[in-house]
Amino acid sequence: MNRHFLGDTAVLLGRSLRHIIRSPDTVITTVITPIAMMLMFVYVFGGAIRTGSDSYVNYMLPGILLITIASGISYTAFRLFMDMRSGIFERFQSMPIARSSVLWAHVLTSLVANLISLAVVVGVALLAGFRSGAGVGAWLGVAGILILFTLALTWLAVIPGLTAKSPDGAGAFAYPLMFLPFLSSAFVLTETMPGPVRAFAEHQPVTPIVDTIRDLFTQKPVGTGIWIALAWCVGILVVACVFANISYRRRIS
Amino acid sequence: MLAAMSIPPTTDQVQGPAIHVQGLEKSYKELRVLRGVDFEVARGGIFALLGSNGAGKTTAVKILSTLLRADAGTARVNGFDVATQAADVRESISLTGQFAAVDEILSGRENLVLVARLRHLENPGRIADDLLARFSLADAGARKVAAYSGGMRRRLDIAMSLVGNPPVIFLDEPTAGLDPQGRIEVWQVVKELAGRGTTVLLTTQYLDEAEQLADRIAILHRGRIIVNGTLEELKRLLPPVKVEYVEKQPTLEEVFLAVVGDDGEDREEREEREDGKGRENGEDGKGRENGEDRQDRRKDGGRPAITAATARTSKDAR
Repeated sequence: MNRHFLGDTAVLLGRSLRHIIRSPDTVITTVITPIAMMLMFVYVFGGAIRTGSDSYVNYMLPGILLITIASGISYTAFRLFMDMRSGIFERFQSMPIARSSVLWAHVLTSLVANLISLAVVVGVALLAGFRSGAGVGAWLGVAGILILFTLALTWLAVIPGLTAKSPDGAGAFAYPLMFLPFLSSAFVLTETMPGPVRAFAEHQPVTPIVDTIRDLFTQKPVGTGIWIALAWCVGILVVACVFANISYRRRIS
Repeated sequence: MLAAMSIPPTTDQVQGPAIHVQGLEKSYKELRVLRGVDFEVARGGIFALLGSNGAGKTTAVKILSTLLRADAGTARVNGFDVATQAADVRESISLTGQFAAVDEILSGRENLVLVARLRHLENPGRIADDLLARFSLADAGARKVAAYSGGMRRRLDIAMSLVGNPPVIFLDEPTAGLDPQGRIEVWQVVKELAGRGTTVLLTTQYLDEAEQLADRIAILHRGRIIVNGTLEELKRLLPPVKVEYVEKQPTLEEVFLAVVGDDGEDREEREEREDGKGRENGEDGKGRENGEDRQDRRKDGGRPAITAATARTSKDAR
Protein backbone atom coordinates (compact mmCIF):
# COMPACT_ATOMS: atom_id res chain seq x y z
CA MET A 1 0.00 0.00 0.00
CA ASN A 2 1.20 3.48 -0.87
CA ARG A 3 2.49 5.39 2.13
CA HIS A 4 0.23 8.33 1.33
CA PHE A 5 -2.94 6.23 1.09
CA LEU A 6 -4.50 7.26 4.41
CA GLY A 7 -3.54 10.93 4.15
CA ASP A 8 -4.69 11.27 0.54
CA THR A 9 -7.94 9.47 1.26
CA ALA A 10 -8.60 11.82 4.18
CA VAL A 11 -7.95 14.92 2.04
CA LEU A 12 -10.21 13.67 -0.75
CA LEU A 13 -12.88 12.60 1.74
CA GLY A 14 -12.83 16.14 3.14
CA ARG A 15 -13.37 17.44 -0.36
CA SER A 16 -16.45 15.29 -1.08
CA LEU A 17 -17.92 15.89 2.36
CA ARG A 18 -17.80 19.61 1.58
CA HIS A 19 -19.84 18.85 -1.52
CA ILE A 20 -22.52 17.25 0.64
CA ILE A 21 -22.53 20.05 3.20
CA ARG A 22 -22.76 22.67 0.44
CA SER A 23 -25.46 20.92 -1.51
CA PRO A 24 -27.79 19.48 1.15
CA ASP A 25 -30.33 18.99 -1.65
CA THR A 26 -28.63 15.64 -2.32
CA VAL A 27 -29.61 14.46 1.17
CA ILE A 28 -33.11 15.94 0.79
CA THR A 29 -33.75 14.25 -2.56
CA THR A 30 -32.36 11.01 -1.16
CA VAL A 31 -34.77 10.94 1.79
CA ILE A 32 -37.85 12.41 0.15
CA THR A 33 -38.92 9.20 -1.65
CA PRO A 34 -38.51 6.86 1.33
CA ILE A 35 -40.22 9.34 3.65
CA ALA A 36 -43.13 9.81 1.24
CA MET A 37 -43.47 6.02 0.92
CA MET A 38 -43.36 5.61 4.66
CA LEU A 39 -46.09 8.18 5.23
CA MET A 40 -48.24 6.67 2.46
CA PHE A 41 -47.94 3.20 3.90
CA VAL A 42 -48.46 4.26 7.49
CA TYR A 43 -51.37 6.65 6.96
CA VAL A 44 -53.03 5.32 3.76
CA PHE A 45 -52.43 1.63 3.06
CA GLY A 46 -51.25 0.53 6.47
CA GLY A 47 -54.73 0.22 7.95
CA ALA A 48 -55.61 -2.45 5.38
CA ILE A 49 -52.46 -4.50 5.84
CA ARG A 50 -52.39 -7.28 8.41
CA THR A 51 -48.93 -8.10 9.64
CA GLY A 52 -49.62 -9.44 13.08
CA SER A 53 -47.58 -6.54 14.43
CA ASP A 54 -49.04 -4.03 16.85
CA SER A 55 -47.76 -1.01 14.92
CA TYR A 56 -47.38 -0.94 11.14
CA VAL A 57 -44.64 1.72 11.22
CA ASN A 58 -42.60 -0.57 13.47
CA TYR A 59 -43.14 -3.37 10.96
CA MET A 60 -42.13 -1.53 7.80
CA LEU A 61 -39.36 0.82 8.95
CA PRO A 62 -36.55 -1.69 8.18
CA GLY A 63 -37.70 -1.87 4.55
CA ILE A 64 -37.87 1.92 4.34
CA LEU A 65 -34.29 2.12 5.63
CA LEU A 66 -33.11 -0.18 2.85
CA ILE A 67 -34.98 1.92 0.28
CA THR A 68 -33.22 4.98 1.71
CA ILE A 69 -29.84 3.37 1.11
CA ALA A 70 -30.79 2.28 -2.42
CA SER A 71 -31.91 5.84 -3.09
CA GLY A 72 -28.73 7.32 -1.61
CA ILE A 73 -26.24 5.30 -3.60
CA SER A 74 -27.50 6.69 -6.90
CA TYR A 75 -25.73 9.88 -5.77
CA THR A 76 -22.58 7.88 -5.16
CA ALA A 77 -22.59 6.84 -8.81
CA PHE A 78 -23.51 10.37 -9.86
CA ARG A 79 -20.69 12.03 -7.89
CA LEU A 80 -18.14 9.59 -9.25
CA PHE A 81 -19.43 10.06 -12.79
CA MET A 82 -19.19 13.85 -12.52
CA ASP A 83 -15.58 13.61 -11.32
CA MET A 84 -14.72 11.37 -14.24
CA ARG A 85 -16.33 13.71 -16.72
CA SER A 86 -15.07 17.01 -15.36
CA GLY A 87 -11.41 16.14 -15.78
CA ILE A 88 -10.65 16.47 -12.06
CA PHE A 89 -10.35 12.68 -11.95
CA GLU A 90 -7.56 12.83 -14.54
CA ARG A 91 -5.87 15.61 -12.63
CA PHE A 92 -5.84 13.44 -9.49
CA GLN A 93 -4.56 10.45 -11.44
CA SER A 94 -1.69 12.45 -12.90
CA MET A 95 -0.61 13.59 -9.43
CA PRO A 96 1.76 11.83 -7.04
CA ILE A 97 -1.03 10.40 -4.86
CA ALA A 98 -2.13 6.91 -3.90
CA ARG A 99 -4.38 6.26 -6.89
CA SER A 100 -6.87 4.05 -5.07
CA SER A 101 -7.56 6.82 -2.54
CA VAL A 102 -9.69 8.60 -5.16
CA LEU A 103 -12.09 5.67 -5.15
CA TRP A 104 -11.98 5.08 -1.40
CA ALA A 105 -12.83 8.72 -0.72
CA HIS A 106 -16.00 8.29 -2.77
CA VAL A 107 -16.89 5.09 -0.96
CA LEU A 108 -16.47 6.66 2.48
CA THR A 109 -18.39 9.75 1.40
CA SER A 110 -21.22 7.51 0.31
CA LEU A 111 -21.21 5.87 3.74
CA VAL A 112 -21.35 9.21 5.57
CA ALA A 113 -24.06 10.62 3.28
CA ASN A 114 -26.20 7.50 3.73
CA LEU A 115 -25.82 7.53 7.50
CA ILE A 116 -27.06 11.14 7.54
CA SER A 117 -30.03 10.18 5.35
CA LEU A 118 -30.82 7.17 7.55
CA ALA A 119 -30.76 9.37 10.66
CA VAL A 120 -33.22 11.78 9.03
CA VAL A 121 -35.57 8.94 8.04
CA VAL A 122 -35.46 7.39 11.54
CA GLY A 123 -36.23 10.86 12.93
CA VAL A 124 -39.33 11.15 10.76
CA ALA A 125 -40.32 7.58 11.68
CA LEU A 126 -40.19 8.54 15.37
CA LEU A 127 -42.56 11.41 14.61
CA ALA A 128 -44.84 8.95 12.79
CA GLY A 129 -45.03 6.76 15.88
CA PHE A 130 -42.08 4.39 15.52
CA ARG A 131 -41.00 3.04 18.90
CA SER A 132 -38.43 0.44 19.83
CA GLY A 133 -37.34 -0.93 23.15
CA ALA A 134 -34.06 -2.11 21.65
CA GLY A 135 -30.99 -1.74 23.82
CA VAL A 136 -27.61 -0.37 22.82
CA GLY A 137 -26.42 -3.76 21.59
CA ALA A 138 -29.42 -4.22 19.30
CA TRP A 139 -29.08 -0.68 17.92
CA LEU A 140 -25.39 -1.32 17.22
CA GLY A 141 -26.41 -4.53 15.45
CA VAL A 142 -28.90 -2.60 13.30
CA ALA A 143 -26.26 0.04 12.54
CA GLY A 144 -23.72 -2.64 11.64
CA ILE A 145 -26.07 -4.36 9.19
CA LEU A 146 -27.06 -1.03 7.62
CA ILE A 147 -23.40 -0.02 7.23
CA LEU A 148 -22.56 -3.35 5.65
CA PHE A 149 -25.54 -3.07 3.28
CA THR A 150 -24.54 0.52 2.40
CA LEU A 151 -20.97 -0.54 1.62
CA ALA A 152 -22.20 -3.45 -0.52
CA LEU A 153 -24.51 -1.20 -2.56
CA THR A 154 -21.88 1.56 -2.69
CA TRP A 155 -19.36 -0.73 -4.36
CA LEU A 156 -22.13 -1.78 -6.70
CA ALA A 157 -22.76 1.91 -7.47
CA VAL A 158 -19.08 2.48 -8.24
CA ILE A 159 -19.41 0.29 -11.35
CA PRO A 160 -21.98 2.46 -13.19
CA GLY A 161 -20.23 5.54 -11.80
CA LEU A 162 -17.07 4.52 -13.63
CA THR A 163 -18.61 3.13 -16.78
CA ALA A 164 -21.79 5.14 -17.47
CA LYS A 165 -22.04 7.37 -20.50
CA SER A 166 -24.43 9.95 -19.00
CA PRO A 167 -25.28 11.22 -15.51
CA ASP A 168 -28.80 9.75 -15.82
CA GLY A 169 -27.34 6.39 -16.76
CA ALA A 170 -25.05 6.53 -13.73
CA GLY A 171 -27.97 6.98 -11.34
CA ALA A 172 -30.59 4.84 -13.07
CA PHE A 173 -29.34 1.47 -11.81
CA ALA A 174 -30.61 2.38 -8.34
CA TYR A 175 -34.32 2.25 -9.33
CA PRO A 176 -34.64 -1.53 -9.48
CA LEU A 177 -32.82 -1.71 -6.14
CA MET A 178 -35.38 0.65 -4.64
CA PHE A 179 -38.17 -1.68 -5.73
CA LEU A 180 -36.58 -4.83 -4.38
CA PRO A 181 -38.03 -4.30 -0.86
CA PHE A 182 -41.57 -4.41 -2.33
CA LEU A 183 -40.91 -7.99 -3.40
CA SER A 184 -39.87 -9.00 0.11
CA SER A 185 -41.21 -9.23 3.62
CA ALA A 186 -40.65 -5.48 4.08
CA PHE A 187 -44.27 -4.34 3.71
CA VAL A 188 -46.45 -7.45 3.78
CA LEU A 189 -46.07 -10.99 4.98
CA THR A 190 -44.63 -13.18 2.24
CA GLU A 191 -47.30 -15.85 2.99
CA THR A 192 -49.88 -13.59 1.34
CA MET A 193 -48.06 -13.64 -2.01
CA PRO A 194 -48.78 -16.06 -4.90
CA GLY A 195 -46.35 -19.00 -5.26
CA PRO A 196 -43.60 -17.79 -7.63
CA VAL A 197 -43.56 -14.27 -6.17
CA ARG A 198 -43.37 -15.72 -2.69
CA ALA A 199 -40.51 -18.00 -3.71
CA PHE A 200 -38.61 -14.99 -5.06
CA ALA A 201 -39.41 -12.87 -2.01
CA GLU A 202 -38.20 -15.48 0.43
CA HIS A 203 -34.93 -16.08 -1.38
CA GLN A 204 -33.77 -12.58 -2.17
CA PRO A 205 -31.38 -10.61 0.08
CA VAL A 206 -33.83 -7.97 1.32
CA THR A 207 -36.07 -10.43 3.23
CA PRO A 208 -33.46 -11.82 5.65
CA ILE A 209 -31.95 -8.34 6.16
CA VAL A 210 -35.35 -6.76 6.86
CA ASP A 211 -36.37 -9.63 9.15
CA THR A 212 -33.14 -9.40 11.12
CA ILE A 213 -33.40 -5.63 11.63
CA ARG A 214 -37.07 -6.02 12.63
CA ASP A 215 -36.16 -8.71 15.16
CA LEU A 216 -33.44 -6.50 16.61
CA PHE A 217 -35.88 -3.56 16.92
CA THR A 218 -38.55 -5.73 18.59
CA GLN A 219 -36.05 -7.54 20.83
CA LYS A 220 -36.85 -10.95 19.39
CA PRO A 221 -34.15 -13.58 18.96
CA VAL A 222 -32.68 -13.16 15.48
CA GLY A 223 -32.15 -16.88 14.84
CA THR A 224 -30.23 -18.09 11.79
CA GLY A 225 -31.71 -15.29 9.68
CA ILE A 226 -28.93 -12.94 10.72
CA TRP A 227 -26.29 -15.23 9.18
CA ILE A 228 -28.17 -15.37 5.89
CA ALA A 229 -28.49 -11.56 6.00
CA LEU A 230 -24.77 -11.12 6.70
CA ALA A 231 -23.84 -13.65 4.02
CA TRP A 232 -25.87 -11.71 1.43
CA CYS A 233 -24.29 -8.39 2.45
CA VAL A 234 -20.74 -9.73 2.45
CA GLY A 235 -21.33 -11.67 -0.78
CA ILE A 236 -22.64 -8.61 -2.64
CA LEU A 237 -19.86 -6.52 -1.12
CA VAL A 238 -17.07 -8.84 -2.26
CA VAL A 239 -18.41 -9.42 -5.78
CA ALA A 240 -19.19 -5.72 -6.34
CA CYS A 241 -15.83 -4.69 -4.92
CA VAL A 242 -13.96 -7.02 -7.27
CA PHE A 243 -15.84 -5.81 -10.35
CA ALA A 244 -15.57 -2.16 -9.29
CA ASN A 245 -11.82 -2.50 -8.92
CA ILE A 246 -11.56 -4.19 -12.31
CA SER A 247 -13.48 -1.27 -13.87
CA TYR A 248 -11.29 1.17 -12.00
CA ARG A 249 -8.07 -0.42 -13.14
CA ARG A 250 -9.36 -0.39 -16.67
CA ARG A 251 -10.08 3.32 -16.41
CA ILE A 252 -6.70 4.33 -15.03
CA SER A 253 -4.31 2.31 -17.18
CA MET B 1 2.95 17.42 -49.48
CA LEU B 2 4.76 18.25 -46.29
CA ALA B 3 5.33 14.61 -45.46
CA ALA B 4 8.32 13.76 -43.29
CA MET B 5 10.22 17.03 -43.45
CA SER B 6 12.18 17.10 -40.27
CA ILE B 7 14.55 19.61 -38.81
CA PRO B 8 17.20 18.37 -36.40
CA PRO B 9 16.89 19.88 -32.92
CA THR B 10 19.48 22.52 -32.23
CA THR B 11 19.30 22.79 -28.45
CA ASP B 12 22.22 21.55 -26.42
CA GLN B 13 21.33 18.73 -24.09
CA VAL B 14 23.79 19.06 -21.27
CA GLN B 15 21.15 18.13 -18.73
CA GLY B 16 19.23 15.87 -21.03
CA PRO B 17 15.89 16.90 -22.48
CA ALA B 18 12.86 17.43 -20.23
CA ILE B 19 10.77 15.25 -22.50
CA HIS B 20 12.06 12.57 -24.82
CA VAL B 21 9.65 10.60 -26.99
CA GLN B 22 10.66 7.88 -29.40
CA GLY B 23 8.60 5.65 -31.65
CA LEU B 24 5.42 6.16 -29.66
CA GLU B 25 2.46 4.14 -30.94
CA LYS B 26 -1.09 3.84 -29.68
CA SER B 27 -4.17 2.29 -31.23
CA TYR B 28 -7.77 2.14 -30.11
CA LYS B 29 -8.91 -1.13 -31.60
CA GLU B 30 -8.51 -0.63 -35.37
CA LEU B 31 -7.82 3.09 -35.15
CA ARG B 32 -4.10 3.89 -35.13
CA VAL B 33 -3.96 7.19 -33.29
CA LEU B 34 -0.19 7.46 -32.92
CA ARG B 35 2.02 5.74 -35.49
CA GLY B 36 5.56 6.34 -34.34
CA VAL B 37 5.90 9.76 -32.76
CA ASP B 38 9.36 11.15 -31.99
CA PHE B 39 10.22 14.47 -30.42
CA GLU B 40 12.23 16.11 -27.68
CA VAL B 41 11.57 19.12 -25.53
CA ALA B 42 14.51 21.01 -24.05
CA ARG B 43 14.43 22.07 -20.42
CA GLY B 44 12.73 25.40 -19.94
CA GLY B 45 11.29 25.41 -23.44
CA ILE B 46 7.74 25.92 -24.58
CA PHE B 47 6.90 23.24 -27.11
CA ALA B 48 3.69 23.32 -29.09
CA LEU B 49 2.16 20.18 -30.50
CA LEU B 50 0.03 21.53 -33.29
CA GLY B 51 -2.61 19.50 -35.02
CA SER B 52 -6.24 19.32 -36.03
CA ASN B 53 -8.92 17.45 -34.10
CA GLY B 54 -8.18 13.77 -33.90
CA ALA B 55 -4.51 14.16 -34.80
CA GLY B 56 -3.52 12.37 -31.59
CA LYS B 57 -2.42 15.35 -29.47
CA THR B 58 -4.45 14.43 -26.41
CA THR B 59 -3.45 10.78 -26.66
CA ALA B 60 0.22 11.80 -26.66
CA VAL B 61 -0.29 14.03 -23.62
CA LYS B 62 -2.17 11.29 -21.77
CA ILE B 63 0.67 8.85 -22.36
CA LEU B 64 3.25 11.40 -21.17
CA SER B 65 1.22 12.14 -18.03
CA THR B 66 0.88 8.39 -17.21
CA LEU B 67 -2.88 8.26 -17.80
CA LEU B 68 -2.55 5.90 -20.77
CA ARG B 69 -0.10 3.19 -21.70
CA ALA B 70 1.58 3.29 -25.11
CA ASP B 71 1.45 0.19 -27.31
CA ALA B 72 5.04 0.69 -28.44
CA GLY B 73 7.89 3.15 -28.13
CA THR B 74 9.44 4.90 -25.17
CA ALA B 75 8.78 8.18 -23.45
CA ARG B 76 10.85 9.80 -20.74
CA VAL B 77 9.76 12.82 -18.76
CA ASN B 78 12.28 14.60 -16.57
CA GLY B 79 14.54 11.59 -17.10
CA PHE B 80 11.94 9.05 -15.89
CA ASP B 81 10.32 6.39 -18.05
CA VAL B 82 6.53 6.88 -18.16
CA ALA B 83 5.86 3.14 -18.19
CA THR B 84 8.26 1.88 -15.53
CA GLN B 85 8.77 4.95 -13.32
CA ALA B 86 5.24 6.36 -13.40
CA ALA B 87 5.35 7.53 -9.78
CA ASP B 88 8.51 9.59 -10.41
CA VAL B 89 6.96 11.03 -13.55
CA ARG B 90 3.89 12.10 -11.56
CA GLU B 91 6.15 13.85 -9.06
CA SER B 92 7.71 15.81 -11.93
CA ILE B 93 4.66 16.89 -13.90
CA SER B 94 1.29 18.42 -13.77
CA LEU B 95 -1.47 18.15 -16.28
CA THR B 96 -4.01 20.74 -17.28
CA GLY B 97 -6.45 18.75 -19.34
CA GLN B 98 -8.76 19.84 -22.09
CA PHE B 99 -11.61 20.63 -19.73
CA ALA B 100 -10.85 22.87 -16.79
CA ALA B 101 -10.23 20.30 -14.06
CA VAL B 102 -11.44 22.41 -11.18
CA ASP B 103 -13.90 21.61 -8.42
CA GLU B 104 -16.87 23.88 -9.02
CA ILE B 105 -18.35 23.48 -5.56
CA LEU B 106 -15.16 24.51 -3.79
CA SER B 107 -13.79 28.04 -3.81
CA GLY B 108 -10.72 28.95 -5.82
CA ARG B 109 -8.59 28.95 -2.70
CA GLU B 110 -9.93 25.58 -1.54
CA ASN B 111 -9.08 24.10 -4.93
CA LEU B 112 -5.47 25.23 -4.58
CA VAL B 113 -5.25 24.03 -0.98
CA LEU B 114 -6.63 20.65 -2.07
CA VAL B 115 -3.91 20.23 -4.69
CA ALA B 116 -1.19 21.40 -2.29
CA ARG B 117 -2.35 18.82 0.29
CA LEU B 118 -2.41 16.07 -2.31
CA ARG B 119 1.14 17.00 -3.30
CA HIS B 120 2.02 16.65 0.40
CA LEU B 121 3.38 20.18 0.71
CA GLU B 122 3.75 22.19 3.86
CA ASN B 123 1.79 25.41 4.31
CA PRO B 124 -0.93 24.69 1.74
CA GLY B 125 -2.73 27.89 2.74
CA ARG B 126 0.22 30.10 1.98
CA ILE B 127 0.89 28.37 -1.33
CA ALA B 128 -2.74 28.95 -2.28
CA ASP B 129 -2.64 32.63 -1.36
CA ASP B 130 0.59 33.18 -3.31
CA LEU B 131 -0.84 31.61 -6.44
CA LEU B 132 -4.14 33.48 -6.13
CA ALA B 133 -2.19 36.73 -6.02
CA ARG B 134 0.05 35.75 -8.90
CA PHE B 135 -2.93 34.86 -11.11
CA SER B 136 -4.97 37.94 -10.18
CA LEU B 137 -7.53 35.77 -8.44
CA ALA B 138 -7.01 37.08 -4.91
CA ASP B 139 -10.36 38.89 -4.82
CA ALA B 140 -12.18 35.86 -6.20
CA GLY B 141 -10.36 33.36 -3.99
CA ALA B 142 -13.19 32.89 -1.52
CA ARG B 143 -15.88 32.56 -4.16
CA LYS B 144 -17.20 29.28 -5.50
CA VAL B 145 -15.58 28.35 -8.79
CA ALA B 146 -19.04 27.78 -10.30
CA ALA B 147 -19.32 31.59 -10.41
CA TYR B 148 -16.03 32.10 -12.29
CA SER B 149 -15.79 33.14 -15.95
CA GLY B 150 -14.19 30.77 -18.45
CA GLY B 151 -10.93 32.68 -18.40
CA MET B 152 -10.75 32.76 -14.60
CA ARG B 153 -11.48 29.05 -14.44
CA ARG B 154 -8.66 28.32 -16.84
CA ARG B 155 -6.27 30.52 -14.91
CA LEU B 156 -7.20 28.73 -11.70
CA ASP B 157 -6.74 25.44 -13.53
CA ILE B 158 -3.23 26.45 -14.58
CA ALA B 159 -2.50 27.84 -11.10
CA MET B 160 -3.45 24.41 -9.69
CA SER B 161 -0.90 22.88 -12.05
CA LEU B 162 1.82 25.13 -10.66
CA VAL B 163 1.34 24.06 -7.05
CA GLY B 164 4.65 22.58 -5.91
CA ASN B 165 6.48 23.96 -8.97
CA PRO B 166 6.67 20.79 -11.03
CA PRO B 167 9.45 21.11 -13.63
CA VAL B 168 7.25 19.94 -16.53
CA ILE B 169 3.75 21.13 -17.31
CA PHE B 170 1.34 19.76 -19.89
CA LEU B 171 -1.35 22.05 -21.19
CA ASP B 172 -3.82 20.23 -23.40
CA GLU B 173 -5.59 22.79 -25.57
CA PRO B 174 -5.46 25.43 -22.87
CA THR B 175 -7.63 27.91 -24.76
CA ALA B 176 -10.22 25.56 -26.25
CA GLY B 177 -13.69 26.96 -25.70
CA LEU B 178 -12.51 30.30 -24.34
CA ASP B 179 -13.65 33.65 -25.66
CA PRO B 180 -10.98 36.00 -27.04
CA GLN B 181 -10.40 37.69 -23.69
CA GLY B 182 -10.07 34.40 -21.90
CA ARG B 183 -7.57 33.25 -24.48
CA ILE B 184 -5.46 36.35 -24.06
CA GLU B 185 -5.48 35.85 -20.28
CA VAL B 186 -4.21 32.31 -20.69
CA TRP B 187 -1.52 33.33 -23.17
CA GLN B 188 -0.26 35.85 -20.67
CA VAL B 189 0.04 33.18 -18.02
CA VAL B 190 1.87 30.73 -20.27
CA LYS B 191 4.37 33.38 -21.37
CA GLU B 192 5.06 34.12 -17.74
CA LEU B 193 5.79 30.46 -17.07
CA ALA B 194 8.50 30.42 -19.71
CA GLY B 195 10.34 33.14 -17.83
CA ARG B 196 10.51 30.92 -14.75
CA GLY B 197 12.28 28.00 -16.35
CA THR B 198 9.32 25.63 -16.37
CA THR B 199 9.16 23.27 -19.35
CA VAL B 200 5.78 23.55 -21.04
CA LEU B 201 4.31 21.18 -23.58
CA LEU B 202 1.11 22.58 -24.97
CA THR B 203 -1.20 21.21 -27.59
CA THR B 204 -3.28 23.44 -29.76
CA GLN B 205 -5.16 23.51 -32.99
CA TYR B 206 -4.74 27.25 -33.38
CA LEU B 207 -1.78 28.24 -35.52
CA ASP B 208 -1.57 31.70 -34.04
CA GLU B 209 -1.43 30.25 -30.54
CA ALA B 210 1.61 28.15 -31.41
CA GLU B 211 3.17 31.16 -33.08
CA GLN B 212 2.53 33.39 -30.06
CA LEU B 213 3.74 31.07 -27.36
CA ALA B 214 6.06 28.33 -28.48
CA ASP B 215 9.77 28.39 -29.13
CA ARG B 216 9.50 25.05 -30.91
CA ILE B 217 6.55 23.78 -32.86
CA ALA B 218 5.84 20.25 -34.03
CA ILE B 219 2.97 19.47 -36.35
CA LEU B 220 1.24 16.21 -35.53
CA HIS B 221 -0.75 14.92 -38.46
CA ARG B 222 -2.51 11.54 -38.63
CA GLY B 223 -0.42 10.12 -35.82
CA ARG B 224 2.98 11.29 -37.01
CA ILE B 225 5.15 14.35 -36.48
CA ILE B 226 5.55 15.78 -39.96
CA VAL B 227 7.40 18.99 -39.10
CA ASN B 228 9.39 19.96 -36.03
CA GLY B 229 11.39 23.15 -35.55
CA THR B 230 11.44 26.74 -34.37
CA LEU B 231 9.06 29.21 -35.91
CA GLU B 232 11.93 30.60 -37.97
CA GLU B 233 12.84 27.14 -39.21
CA LEU B 234 9.25 26.41 -40.07
CA LYS B 235 9.01 29.63 -42.03
CA ARG B 236 12.10 28.68 -44.01
CA LEU B 237 10.27 25.62 -45.28
CA LEU B 238 8.12 27.91 -47.35
CA PRO B 239 9.14 29.72 -50.54
CA PRO B 240 11.37 32.80 -50.14
CA VAL B 241 10.01 36.17 -49.11
CA LYS B 242 8.40 38.23 -51.81
CA VAL B 243 7.41 41.77 -50.91
CA GLU B 244 3.82 42.48 -51.72
CA TYR B 245 1.60 45.24 -50.41
CA VAL B 246 -1.66 44.13 -48.88
CA GLU B 247 -4.27 46.40 -47.42
CA LYS B 248 -4.58 45.50 -43.76
CA GLN B 249 -8.19 44.85 -42.83
CA PRO B 250 -9.06 44.50 -39.16
CA THR B 251 -9.94 40.94 -38.23
CA LEU B 252 -13.28 40.31 -36.62
CA GLU B 253 -11.42 39.56 -33.39
CA GLU B 254 -9.76 42.98 -33.43
CA VAL B 255 -13.16 44.57 -34.05
CA PHE B 256 -14.65 42.54 -31.22
CA LEU B 257 -11.91 43.46 -28.78
CA ALA B 258 -12.05 47.13 -29.77
CA VAL B 259 -15.82 47.22 -29.27
CA VAL B 260 -15.96 45.40 -25.95
CA GLY B 261 -12.87 47.17 -24.63
CA ASP B 262 -10.72 44.05 -24.30
CA ASP B 263 -11.79 43.20 -20.76
CA GLY B 264 -15.19 41.63 -20.81
CA GLU B 265 -17.11 44.78 -19.99
CA ASP B 266 -19.47 46.27 -22.44
CA ARG B 267 -19.37 49.94 -23.19
CA GLU B 268 -22.34 51.00 -21.12
CA GLU B 269 -20.92 49.47 -18.00
CA ARG B 270 -17.59 51.12 -18.60
CA GLU B 271 -19.18 54.49 -19.16
CA GLU B 272 -21.25 54.02 -16.06
CA ARG B 273 -18.16 53.41 -14.06
CA GLU B 274 -16.36 56.33 -15.58
CA ASP B 275 -19.27 58.48 -14.48
CA GLY B 276 -18.24 57.50 -10.98
CA LYS B 277 -21.21 55.20 -10.43
CA GLY B 278 -21.41 51.59 -9.20
CA ARG B 279 -18.13 49.84 -8.51
CA GLU B 280 -19.73 46.90 -6.81
CA ASN B 281 -19.04 44.66 -9.78
CA GLY B 282 -16.52 42.64 -7.87
CA GLU B 283 -19.01 40.23 -6.34
CA ASP B 284 -21.36 39.62 -9.23
CA GLY B 285 -19.65 36.54 -10.50
CA LYS B 286 -18.71 37.84 -13.93
CA GLY B 287 -15.04 37.67 -13.22
CA ARG B 288 -13.80 41.19 -13.48
CA GLU B 289 -10.25 41.90 -12.64
CA ASN B 290 -8.36 44.81 -11.35
CA GLY B 291 -7.29 47.53 -13.68
CA GLU B 292 -3.61 46.74 -13.53
CA ASP B 293 -4.11 43.30 -14.96
CA ARG B 294 -6.20 44.71 -17.75
CA GLN B 295 -3.48 47.16 -18.68
CA ASP B 296 -0.95 44.37 -18.93
CA ARG B 297 -3.07 42.40 -21.27
CA ARG B 298 -3.66 45.27 -23.58
CA LYS B 299 0.04 45.73 -24.16
CA ASP B 300 0.54 42.55 -26.10
CA GLY B 301 -2.84 41.00 -25.99
CA GLY B 302 -4.23 41.23 -29.48
CA ARG B 303 -3.08 39.21 -32.42
CA PRO B 304 0.01 40.42 -34.20
CA ALA B 305 -0.87 42.68 -37.09
CA ILE B 306 -0.32 41.17 -40.48
CA THR B 307 2.58 43.03 -42.03
CA ALA B 308 3.62 43.15 -45.65
CA ALA B 309 6.46 40.74 -44.98
CA THR B 310 4.44 37.97 -43.36
CA ALA B 311 1.35 38.35 -45.46
CA ARG B 312 3.02 36.66 -48.41
CA THR B 313 3.45 33.32 -46.76
CA SER B 314 -0.15 32.37 -46.57
CA LYS B 315 -0.66 33.42 -50.16
CA ASP B 316 2.30 31.65 -51.65
CA ALA B 317 1.88 28.53 -49.63
CA ARG B 318 -1.31 27.63 -51.37
